[in-house]
Amino acid sequence: MSTADTGTRTRRTPGLVPVTETLSTVERRPEEPSDRPAPLAPQAGRRAGAFWRLLVSELSLTFHRPRNLAMLAALATVPVIMGVSLRLFAGDDQVGGMIAAVAGNSLMLTFLALSALVLLMMPIAVSVVAGDALAGEAGGGTLRYLLAAPAGRTRLLAVKYLNAVVYAYAVTAVVALSALVTGLVLFPAGDVVLLSGTTVTMTDGLLRIALTVGYVGFALSAVAAVALAISAFTEVPIGAIAGTVVLIIACQVLRAIPALEAIAPYLLPTRFTGFDAVLRSPIDTGALTEGLLTFGAYIVMSLSIAWAHFTGKDVTS
Amino acid sequence: MTTVAQEAGAPTGAAPPSDPGAAIVTSGLTKRFRGGQTAVDALDLTVPRGSVYGFLGPNGSGKTTTIRMLLGLITPTGGTCSLLGLPLALALPRVGALVEGPAFYPYLTGEANLRRFDAADPTASGATVRRRVGEALERVGLTAAAGKRYRNYSLGMRQRLAIAAALLGPRELLILDEPTNGLDPQGTREVRALVKEIAAGGTTVFVSSHLLAEVEQMCTHAAIMRTGRLVADGTIASLSGGLATRVSVETPDAADAARVLAALGLADVRSAAGAVTAELGGHAPERVNAALVGEGVAVRGLAVVRPSLEDVFVGLTGEGFDVDG
Ligand SMILES: Nc1ncnc2c1ncn2[C@@H]1O[C@H](COP(=O)(O)OP(=O)(O)OP(=O)(O)O)[C@@H](O)[C@H]1O
Ligand SMILES: [Mg+2]
Repeated sequence: MSTADTGTRTRRTPGLVPVTETLSTVERRPEEPSDRPAPLAPQAGRRAGAFWRLLVSELSLTFHRPRNLAMLAALATVPVIMGVSLRLFAGDDQVGGMIAAVAGNSLMLTFLALSALVLLMMPIAVSVVAGDALAGEAGGGTLRYLLAAPAGRTRLLAVKYLNAVVYAYAVTAVVALSALVTGLVLFPAGDVVLLSGTTVTMTDGLLRIALTVGYVGFALSAVAAVALAISAFTEVPIGAIAGTVVLIIACQVLRAIPALEAIAPYLLPTRFTGFDAVLRSPIDTGALTEGLLTFGAYIVMSLSIAWAHFTGKDVTS
Repeated sequence: MTTVAQEAGAPTGAAPPSDPGAAIVTSGLTKRFRGGQTAVDALDLTVPRGSVYGFLGPNGSGKTTTIRMLLGLITPTGGTCSLLGLPLALALPRVGALVEGPAFYPYLTGEANLRRFDAADPTASGATVRRRVGEALERVGLTAAAGKRYRNYSLGMRQRLAIAAALLGPRELLILDEPTNGLDPQGTREVRALVKEIAAGGTTVFVSSHLLAEVEQMCTHAAIMRTGRLVADGTIASLSGGLATRVSVETPDAADAARVLAALGLADVRSAAGAVTAELGGHAPERVNAALVGEGVAVRGLAVVRPSLEDVFVGLTGEGFDVDG
């Protein structure tokens, strides 16, 4: 091929570690004993922070993406709208129940906002991120380059799920914070009257909000697991997202059918609003635990399916 | 060692799968897609370390499918393959790859895209990523566009970015699937030069292409695929060695020239209007020229035509270079 020099090339080759041999073709180096030392440049093995580095990369992608930020912003405005409209109508004496409770105390708006949004809007936001997680990479072709890097299939799946969980908690925190601030601005602060009629201090109320955020975040993590599992099966992110949302809506419908009461406890959405247990005194830990166990079961099941499929899948996109 | 593949399973490479001297070894590698199509059929390939190995074949002959199997993206339905004699997870960080064109995040800049893929490599260090990304971008001439969003990259810039991604770390093997796709002639030449430069640094390069001329210019070795099967493999010299070098004389006196060439003892003299060609054999071209001029033949041009890979291919298959179904 070439009659060029057979010696060391002094040509600058940035980015390439000088490998032990400098011959460029096999013709120049015919027939060497096969037991020659492997010409591998000493290379660092797996680095300790590698998992976190990929997770940070993933989080930074998620939280810089305008779409994901827009969903957070949209969710943040809902409690404000709720608060303002409640404040406007609070003058009427006809209102009662939850609405009266909100008007009477600044913390109650948080519970109201979470129970309204957790039914559909928050799961949709989480489905968008988790449903896009694998399908989006597959559809865009970036999955093949991540896997060739090599990201490792199990590692990538773990990173994708943790990222979705962080987003789920971000969604919950954003709604809770927005509702909390709106409530504090618009409604009187002070002791909180619970649904059970008991009065607790404001600090106690804030703790109960923290519990609620933990519960709702976990509920959304279960949604994320389902969405991720669907995402592993397709190269069309919209399909995975829509599939998850349709599944949630279908469950909401099934739950509303009296004849199917028996299966209702096993449906994910049934447990979404289970956090109203914290609005009783003492807190109904049994109901909370049941909800958390249901979410846990969905997470384990969905991630197992996702793992089983994704680790053996042919990546042809 | 031009090998014409016999029936499926006939090993063409002498090396066993664990050959430490080989960068890529496949043995009986087969992929049958669920539709029933056999995209790669009992492929036995040995890519020696330090070679620039051209992987040739018409569209649909199974080149990309083979590369996907090498990288662990798809599971073979039969046979084995290994990179650098290592388990796949250990080999991949030492392998830079370009598979079926570039794929990046459109909303990220070129630089951010490279950082993203670097983060996926568990052996890469976050401390040196800035330098490595900068160097990779520089090597492919993309430094000026580093801060531009990928969405706004031209086709050629995208292809360059994909090559940069393959050069992010120290690589012992580069697997490039049609690296010059979409590049302008200048870019094509630059990629060829880059491949040679990388090979000069000791990196093995496995490059797929359907451009015979390109492979001939870049590679030391080549394998030719056809409908998932290996048709021939070996060094470029041995591949084209089967065909003789010819001399081509451009002249208005074709008949005279043909007579002179035959008299000189050149074999297979063929004359056409305005040109005569013959196998050069052991003759020196300048002597041939002198003989022609001495006999009064008006020589307008004289060229030594070495057999091209395309001639080899056509000679082997007797067919055009059409899409394989
Ligand atoms: N996911 C798939 N499912 C079914 N068949 C496939 C799949 N991917 C590829 N094939 C088939 O396998 C064969 C080989 O395809 P491959 O992409 O490997 O060809 P190629 O040599 O890379 O072609 P090109 O030069 O056009 O890139 C083709 O006939 C193609 O239709
Ligand atoms: Mg291809």
